[in-house]
Amino acid sequence: MDVLIDIFGSANFWAAAIRIATPLIFGVLGALVCERAGVLNLGIEGIFVAGAMAGWLAVYLGLGLWGGVLVAMLTGAVFGLLHAMLTVVLGLSQHVSGIGITLLATSLSYFTYRTALPDVTSPPRIVPFQALNIPGLSDLPFIGPVLFQQTPLTMLALAFVVVVAFVLYRTPLGLAIRAVGDNPASVEAQGLSVQGLRIGAVVAGSALMALGGAFLTMSAFDAFFFGMVNGRGWICIALVVFASWQPGKALLGALLFGAFDAFQIRLQAEIGQVVPGQVFLMLPYLLSIVALVLVARRADYPRALLQPWFKGQRH
Amino acid sequence: MSIAATNSVVLSLEGITKRFGALVANDNLELVLKRGEILALLGENGAGKTTLMNILFGHYVQDEGVVRIATADGVLQTLPPGSPGAALASGIGMVHQHFALAENLSGLDNIRLGTEGLLALGGGSAARKKVQQIIAESGLEVDLDRKVAALTVGEKQRVEILKALYRNVRVLILDEPTAVLTPQEADGLFTVLRRLAANGLGVIFISHKLGEVLAVSHRILVLRGGRKAGELVTANADRRAIADLMVGKSVAAVTRTAPVPGKVLAEFEAVSLKAGPGRARLDAASFTLRAGEIVGVAGVSGNGQAAIAALLSGLAVPDSGEVRIYDTPITKADPRALVGMGVARMPEDRQHDGVVGTMSVADNIAIEDVRSKDFARMGMIDRKAMRARADAAIKAYDIRCPGPDAEARLLSGGNVQKLILARVLERSPRIILANQPTRGLDVGAQSEVHRRIIAARDRGAAVLVISEDLDELFALADRFLVVHAGAVSDAGASEGLDRGTVGLLMAGHAA
Amino acid sequence: MSLRLEPRADASVTLKILVSFGAALAALVLVAIPVLFAGGSPLTAYGLIVQGAFGSMFALSETLNRATPLILTGLAAAIAFRARLWNIGAEGQLYIGALAAVLVGSGLLHLPPLLMIPTVMLAGFIAGGLMMVIPTVLKQRFGADEVVITLLLNFVVILFVQMLIEGPLKDPLSMGWPQSVPLLAEAKFAKLVPRLRMHWGLIMGVAAAIFLWVVVRKTVLGFEIKAVGENRAAARFAGIPVDATMLKVALLSGGLAGLAGVSEVAGVKGYLSADLSPGFGYSGIVVAMLAGLSPIGTVFAAIFVAAVFVGADSMSRATGISNYLADLVVALSLLCVLVGGFFLRFRLRYERAATPMAGA
Repeated sequence: MDVLIDIFGSANFWAAAIRIATPLIFGVLGALVCERAGVLNLGIEGIFVAGAMAGWLAVYLGLGLWGGVLVAMLTGAVFGLLHAMLTVVLGLSQHVSGIGITLLATSLSYFTYRTALPDVTSPPRIVPFQALNIPGLSDLPFIGPVLFQQTPLTMLALAFVVVVAFVLYRTPLGLAIRAVGDNPASVEAQGLSVQGLRIGAVVAGSALMALGGAFLTMSAFDAFFFGMVNGRGWICIALVVFASWQPGKALLGALLFGAFDAFQIRLQAEIGQVVPGQVFLMLPYLLSIVALVLVARRADYPRALLQPWFKGQRH
Repeated sequence: MSIAATNSVVLSLEGITKRFGALVANDNLELVLKRGEILALLGENGAGKTTLMNILFGHYVQDEGVVRIATADGVLQTLPPGSPGAALASGIGMVHQHFALAENLSGLDNIRLGTEGLLALGGGSAARKKVQQIIAESGLEVDLDRKVAALTVGEKQRVEILKALYRNVRVLILDEPTAVLTPQEADGLFTVLRRLAANGLGVIFISHKLGEVLAVSHRILVLRGGRKAGELVTANADRRAIADLMVGKSVAAVTRTAPVPGKVLAEFEAVSLKAGPGRARLDAASFTLRAGEIVGVAGVSGNGQAAIAALLSGLAVPDSGEVRIYDTPITKADPRALVGMGVARMPEDRQHDGVVGTMSVADNIAIEDVRSKDFARMGMIDRKAMRARADAAIKAYDIRCPGPDAEARLLSGGNVQKLILARVLERSPRIILANQPTRGLDVGAQSEVHRRIIAARDRGAAVLVISEDLDELFALADRFLVVHAGAVSDAGASEGLDRGTVGLLMAGHAA
Repeated sequence: MSLRLEPRADASVTLKILVSFGAALAALVLVAIPVLFAGGSPLTAYGLIVQGAFGSMFALSETLNRATPLILTGLAAAIAFRARLWNIGAEGQLYIGALAAVLVGSGLLHLPPLLMIPTVMLAGFIAGGLMMVIPTVLKQRFGADEVVITLLLNFVVILFVQMLIEGPLKDPLSMGWPQSVPLLAEAKFAKLVPRLRMHWGLIMGVAAAIFLWVVVRKTVLGFEIKAVGENRAAARFAGIPVDATMLKVALLSGGLAGLAGVSEVAGVKGYLSADLSPGFGYSGIVVAMLAGLSPIGTVFAAIFVAAVFVGADSMSRATGISNYLADLVVALSLLCVLVGGFFLRFRLRYERAATPMAGA
């Protein structure tokens, strides 16, 4: 019992939770934007890898951290554009295209990394984003280390939650995106372009997804490892359903997951002698499956999700 | 022609031609609409009415011809084709047959959609005021803040109309607007249309129902087979003449002899079923189906017919009460068992539930019986037997298709329905469920389907026909049931029953 | 003059094969760009790949060896996708099949080879099958999408296997990397040709392909799978037991992937380790799509993909170009065959558009 209080009462724990949640926030927001418009983007795992590699490489080659962020977003956007061309314009299977994009982005990232850095024995490192030090805020008790000593990308993720929510619910653009994911006919009958909206949403969502990967190599760690994404993209796809496609719940879901993961790491430190490490590592994936199963029945899927639309088609 | 008269022309379609592959859906069509005029576009299913309006609104691009719409000054200008945005900007609005609404948004949201710059902020209160004013003027009452998914069909249609009025349209197209309304609601709609027309709105109103067209239009344009069959002023119109224009030749009305009802083959006893995806609930429904009798179920769609169909199709079991087929209660949702018991089911949505489009005609004919001894031995399929059955069915039912191995998606709606008839009537079923049996079919196919249903009745089958088309029900049914809000009432024998009574029951009033 | 797209009435088998070949070719052509980026010559690279895959008996054997698990995971994906059951979990099912093989075949039972091998195969098939049945049941009961669940389960299974290999199943005699206790000799697949690595798993794979072809074309189950996959609602309406059919597909699909795991353990390695599969499960999806979901085509598509991997390994040793090139080819093949599918559904038609009438 004391162990639990120790864990949950420490600022370090919650700071770690938010840190672990950050890539998931980006990923869930990105997936949410795509799916609200009606497109499932299973390229997310590969886009995470590509964002991680491209962002890191840009920094390694001297473009600076924010340059790396921009490169990562651009990389995500390009893969998103490819997915959008295949699924929105050509109306091909969103499942297969997404898996193809994941395979392509991953293999391209690994190939590029290997080709750019052929002879390294241990992965080279960059200077990652540092913890913020805001005078006044960063020194507050508990809230200081938990929130205001995070790195800039974490703050960016939190900011994006607000931005996505605002655009989705308070602008005509967001209204159009919510409409196109429910009934593309409604959008076309009002003179808007179904394809334009969907392509835009997928490109924007993919850029966000790439930031999730970039966080791993430019903030959480300082180098690119093969296999570092390790299923986080898929977890985000599960969490979007859990978040009911709403940005606020997306943040909550990512934080809960981050807390769980931080907890599992701490627990392993306590009882890792008795229970094999792999059990703890399994828990995040199992949790995602459980979360998905629990909410799937009542989930309010965007009605037009997975359905291609060709101009002029009726219902 | 005086300037004033020319200025009153608000819309002109000239030489419109549209082909879909080998099919000429619109053949050199012309149409003129004046301010304040209600023009009815009449024709049977497949005549090309919806295609023409889709071209006008920009959903389709015409292969030949031009659309001209009057500007505010009355000067006719060419409308850029293929763009609903351009149509809307020019003052053309459309109320689609299948509402173009986002169900997860409110009525107000749907009305505002696409009317503001994508990143513009804060237009909400001005928009609301404008819509409320339009509601006051037109009488189209609806709750603007409820999600569209929670609205009734009539209310959804009002949102569709408000969408157009909000955009200050000068021409309003309505595609089969009364398909989903009770006769009384339809009258209400016509009152609104007359008021709007009196204020200068030009209205084009697509229908295949002669009665309504005569009641509300100023002029009638009749289409047949993609061509203009005739144009008349409603006041001078003769019902018989118009019907002949629509159909082109006198199609003998299907006759049916008096029924000789036999024993009860199916019975619903106080059956209740909760609402489900795509279907409304059913409340304590009780009725019987007798051999040699056709029972018609009238009602606006969405009032419980889908539940009755699901129960009789084997897709659902009652939550309370009992459904009995030959005195055996149905306890499991097992369509195959029902087929085995001799129940023939024609689904409401042919393409969705009736055929697997990418499988062959032969496969689709055999699909309910694929495990039977006729087609399968030890788990292996006898394709020769299947093809033989298909060949016989194609001949007997005149199914137009490239052959038994052609994919079913190549068939027209009428031929798909014939395929389904061939599938279900082959085993001489004793109970038949016909759900919207002639929806979307032309008159020729319609009478053929009707004839087969009546023939089955005469052979002793018990038939239940669910239809939104009162004319069809009066042509087929020996007895009437009416559904409203989940409740089924018995309207009695069709002999001597009048439409007004049925309409009242459809709207929920006691007769 | 305008270009129009219109739906194609049907697509002949020849056209489908052409599209598959075209996709493979397009992928190879596209991959010239990364080769140039890496400072190599595309033609040299292609030559080395072909030579590395087919240039000698040894190379051919390696290619066929590599193709063996791909045939099985390809079939697993093909039968599942035909029913619109998105089994992305072949990787995990492979490992669980391998695990079952080791559990049963490393000393639990002592049977003559004629019984031992089928027993081990059955264990692997059932384990893999159950691994896919579970997500399918979750989908039927709770509506939870099988795509994400099968994907996440891959990670869970591999961790589970690692745990067992480092714990109860650990081979005390191995030094260095953790690996499981080895299979008994009676449980191993014999080699097809002495001194080459090809083994009887290949025959099993081809036999499985033929078996699946019969199921798909000639059985009632195949008919029902097609109906359920192409239009679930119509299949249900017609009385086909949709849920039961999907469960059969899940068992078959997972079982085939499980057999891939058995094949690798019993035919190649002789024991289970965490690196048993370099992504055979995922590659199987590409194999299936390249084959147009055809069981017989899967054999050829598997050989192609295997050739790319084996050839790229060899090319990489000779030129220093990263052998991730193979993964690139595979990924591009998938996307190209997807686009190719578009041309199976639509045809381009040149049309002389009539000019709209000028004023009246």
